[in-house]
Amino acid sequence: MADVKKIATRDSYGNALKALGAEHENLVVLDADLAGATKTGTFQKAFPERHFDCGIAEANMINVAAGLSTMGFVPFAATFAMFAAGRAYEMVRNTIGYPHLNVKIGATHGGISVGEDGASHQCCEDFALMRTIPGMTVMCPSDDVEARKMVKAAYEHVGPVYIRFGRAATPVFHAEDYDFQIGKGEVLQDGTDVAIIATGIMVPEAIEAGKALAEQGISARVINMATIKPLDEELVLKAAKECGKIVTVEEHNIIGGLGEAVCGVVSEKCPVPVKRIGVNDEFGHSGPAAALLKQFGLCADNIVKVTKEFLGK
Amino acid sequence: MTSAEKKELQLTAVAVREGVLTSTYSAQAGHPGGSLSSADLFTYLYFKEMRIDPKNPKWEDRDRFVLSKGHVTPGLYSTLAQRGYFPVEDLKGFRHIDSYLQGHPNMNTVPGVDASTGSLGQGLSIAAGMAKGAKQLGKDINVYALCGDGEMAEGQIWEATMFSAHYKLDNLCIIVDVNGLQIDGRTKDVMNTAPLDEKFEAFGCKVVKIDGHDFDDIEKAFGKFHKNHGSDKPTVILMKTTKGKGISYMEDQAGWHGKAPNEEQYKQGMAELAEARKQIEEA
Repeated sequence: MADVKKIATRDSYGNALKALGAEHENLVVLDADLAGATKTGTFQKAFPERHFDCGIAEANMINVAAGLSTMGFVPFAATFAMFAAGRAYEMVRNTIGYPHLNVKIGATHGGISVGEDGASHQCCEDFALMRTIPGMTVMCPSDDVEARKMVKAAYEHVGPVYIRFGRAATPVFHAEDYDFQIGKGEVLQDGTDVAIIATGIMVPEAIEAGKALAEQGISARVINMATIKPLDEELVLKAAKECGKIVTVEEHNIIGGLGEAVCGVVSEKCPVPVKRIGVNDEFGHSGPAAALLKQFGLCADNIVKVTKEFLGK
Repeated sequence: MTSAEKKELQLTAVAVREGVLTSTYSAQAGHPGGSLSSADLFTYLYFKEMRIDPKNPKWEDRDRFVLSKGHVTPGLYSTLAQRGYFPVEDLKGFRHIDSYLQGHPNMNTVPGVDASTGSLGQGLSIAAGMAKGAKQLGKDINVYALCGDGEMAEGQIWEATMFSAHYKLDNLCIIVDVNGLQIDGRTKDVMNTAPLDEKFEAFGCKVVKIDGHDFDDIEKAFGKFHKNHGSDKPTVILMKTTKGKGISYMEDQAGWHGKAPNEEQYKQGMAELAEARKQIEEA
């Protein structure tokens, strides 16, 4: 995919906020001394009076966002996933989730593709943490186009939303007219032998894997599951019924994320074998993003290998 | 304020304290100690200070109140009921399985509650967000947050205070109920949060110290808050109080932080409040 345009979804986040900010006066953005990294700096340049830096105090930032939402604003709070979902978990749970406030948490630097910063900053637990909060919408875009449409959808959705954006530049494969909807998965390649359900930056890897498998005579259905909660149960169950086996792929601990969400649905409503590809309940470490993703098996080659083993081929 | 006004407030505060006893006795749970120490402040806030409309609890331009020490719902609910947000009779349902009067404030079920709180340290940040929002809207809305002195041990209190001073939130009034007690004992022994005046001043706030059971003092403190508008500084009212104020056996006892009276204690407490009412009326 060397000739494909690559954009980090955190850049998409900043650009989408700037575009939405021009349309909506009530959109405000909060950051915790990371505006350059989360890319809310793009919004800040355009609308400095609506960008509030909270300093390195994430817990306060989350609750200030809650207070702003009760005054009619639609706040987007930004920091790294580790600190938004991790450090400030209880603030999100009690002060945004419980009262179901209209706050959007746009967390960047999710997963091990954070790279060189290492394990302390590589959040592979955010889907799990955010999924357990009643009424929380949890999403992760697969490319630039989807990320921008997701930010717009999050603004329009009334209620708490958590979105994980990535640090690393990843391939843009959606056309600009792509119709993104919260809670709807997207079939990118049809197939009947196995369904590969991926989220975030694992989606382009799954697409590549799907093509490679096709060349080897394996018909894989490739699904982009950008909304982790509420999960598109209909699409998952259709895949279970029609393909009989499911592989899930996520840049997240195999505990608590997309894989277990899929397992939860199929085990109750249409039991089929599921193989989870993700971070195998371990911490990451420093290194270049691409090398780390390969090392942790979060790449097309490994998806092909695991899928073939799973199918006994 | 006139002596008649003060008398009226004192009588209302007695009724608020009765509601604290009734709700905790009925629930056989809840937090009477800190509710009683804050009862006079609640009374002044809701009957004299805040621009509110009980008939229109969601009025956009109302002043906001955040109960950062969210466990003292008996005090807040009793005040809201006295002010007409919901029937006083409903206090008997406090913490019951079929009641909207949740153990800790729920902004979506209780009329008059502006923020859901309960986890200590978070309410002040919410209040700061509201005050920032009011400034952003260019509206003359005051935001009041009530915290406990034990709550001052939460690091987030100081994050929120820093934020409030940084963003010049002179429309924010931080009230600290300094009753000197928390669950495990005296605040100075459990985790000494003093000196609060020097801490808040160092963070960039204007600090007023008062007797939290003296309505003249409370009035003066809010007068200073209003004068501070335009100073770019948040106001902090450190009010010295007695935990369990008004009920002899609860006063200055850490054990009454989160314990309900039994039948005998309830009757005694209600009798003491009836006597207090009589004395105020006859004064």
